[in-house]
Amino acid sequence: MKWDWSAVREFMPHFWDGLLVTLQALALGSLLSFGLGLVWALLMRTPSRLVRWPVGVVTEFVRNTPLLVQLFFLFYVLPEWGLTFSALATGVFAIGLHYSTYTMQVYRAGIEAVPVGQWEAATALNLPWRRTWTAVILPQAIRRVIPALGNYVIAMLKDTPMLMVITVLEMLGQARLFSQQRFQFTEPLTVIGVAFILISYLASLLLRALERRLVR
Amino acid sequence: MTQGLWELVLKGVWTTLQLLVFSALLATAVSFVVGIARTHRRWIVRFLAGFYTEVFRGTSALVMIFWVFFVLPVAFGWQLVPMWAGTLALGLTYGAYGAEIVRGALNAVDPAQQEGGIALSFTPWQRLRLVLLPQAVPEMIPSFCNLLIELLKGTALVSITGMGDLTFTANLVRLALQQSAEIYTYVLLIYFVIAFALTRLMRSLEKRLKTGVGKEAGTESAARELKRARTTGVGGRVA
Repeated sequence: MKWDWSAVREFMPHFWDGLLVTLQALALGSLLSFGLGLVWALLMRTPSRLVRWPVGVVTEFVRNTPLLVQLFFLFYVLPEWGLTFSALATGVFAIGLHYSTYTMQVYRAGIEAVPVGQWEAATALNLPWRRTWTAVILPQAIRRVIPALGNYVIAMLKDTPMLMVITVLEMLGQARLFSQQRFQFTEPLTVIGVAFILISYLASLLLRALERRLVR
Repeated sequence: MTQGLWELVLKGVWTTLQLLVFSALLATAVSFVVGIARTHRRWIVRFLAGFYTEVFRGTSALVMIFWVFFVLPVAFGWQLVPMWAGTLALGLTYGAYGAEIVRGALNAVDPAQQEGGIALSFTPWQRLRLVLLPQAVPEMIPSFCNLLIELLKGTALVSITGMGDLTFTANLVRLALQQSAEIYTYVLLIYFVIAFALTRLMRSLEKRLKTGVGKEAGTESAARELKRARTTGVGGRVA
């Protein structure tokens, strides 16, 4: 095995570019999945079967099919329907949608974990349903689920390399481009492999600290 | 779509299923070996197993696949057949997630059972084989079921390296037909059907194993509680 440090040095500027794109996609995808997941979770609590059933079927379908194929679907099919977005926007949307079907489960568990007494108190105080949700239930539910949501952010981080297939130049895309130009595969791929391990390990440490502060 | 294209898609389904079975077998083996090693008496064994889990859960499955496909041949001179390279990358990665499931289930067995084994002067191996595993394995099944679905979704990643699985054939068909909505809808449906069948299969396996140790299999809603294995995060065991 030969290791060429000069290739690493030359790759590093590309690495930082890729890291920036990865983090961008991660941040936007997380925000989208947190928002959409909450919407799904609330829709699943409506009394009408006509709402719950389609939402349940669609989210189940999205959750059980590969993100990669969903990416291809959005990237190639949406333009056929006359909707064109940038590759990064498509990728962010796909990741956000895919992971919203996971975060909805997290929210559901969080909402169900709010003690019944809180609901009863809200009813006793004659709070309208909007106030009940925004002032009583959600603040308690969301506080509980933040660590679990953080876990999905880490999972999303590890799925961002897939954006490479729709021409987004995130970390793996940069590594592939670099190795195709120089025929040096070992160094760039190893660098980003190590980078993924470091970032997700640091993120998990951060998350554990956050969990200690939030969940008591 | 013409018949020839359907045959192509079926070939892709076959490759995906083969890859799924092989990598699931490797992942199961890895998760039991590493998961049991994490409950070992010696700290060095626990440390090595923990290190393995952190490394393989920390990195992205796709990066791992690239590494096995492109770095192993160049750096070490190991050129693997694509099927085995894919199996290796997926099996090792998802095995690391599975190891956490095994460890969790082993730790969740009532300590009195372990003590009972000691009192009857079972060897550690006998305790594991006759007392711990028969009780822990049924508890693992729902999590392993979710992990299996994740693995199925993970098999799509090998298409990027040019292996002819279902996703890869979908791309070929798209190029042949110059339209994508139809083929990708079919492919998503095929994946969904496979996932659905796997869920059913695992549910009946759980039922059978649980009656073996005199427990009720979980209800539908309980199964939904355990909707997803901890394939997320590294290190921390978070809510």
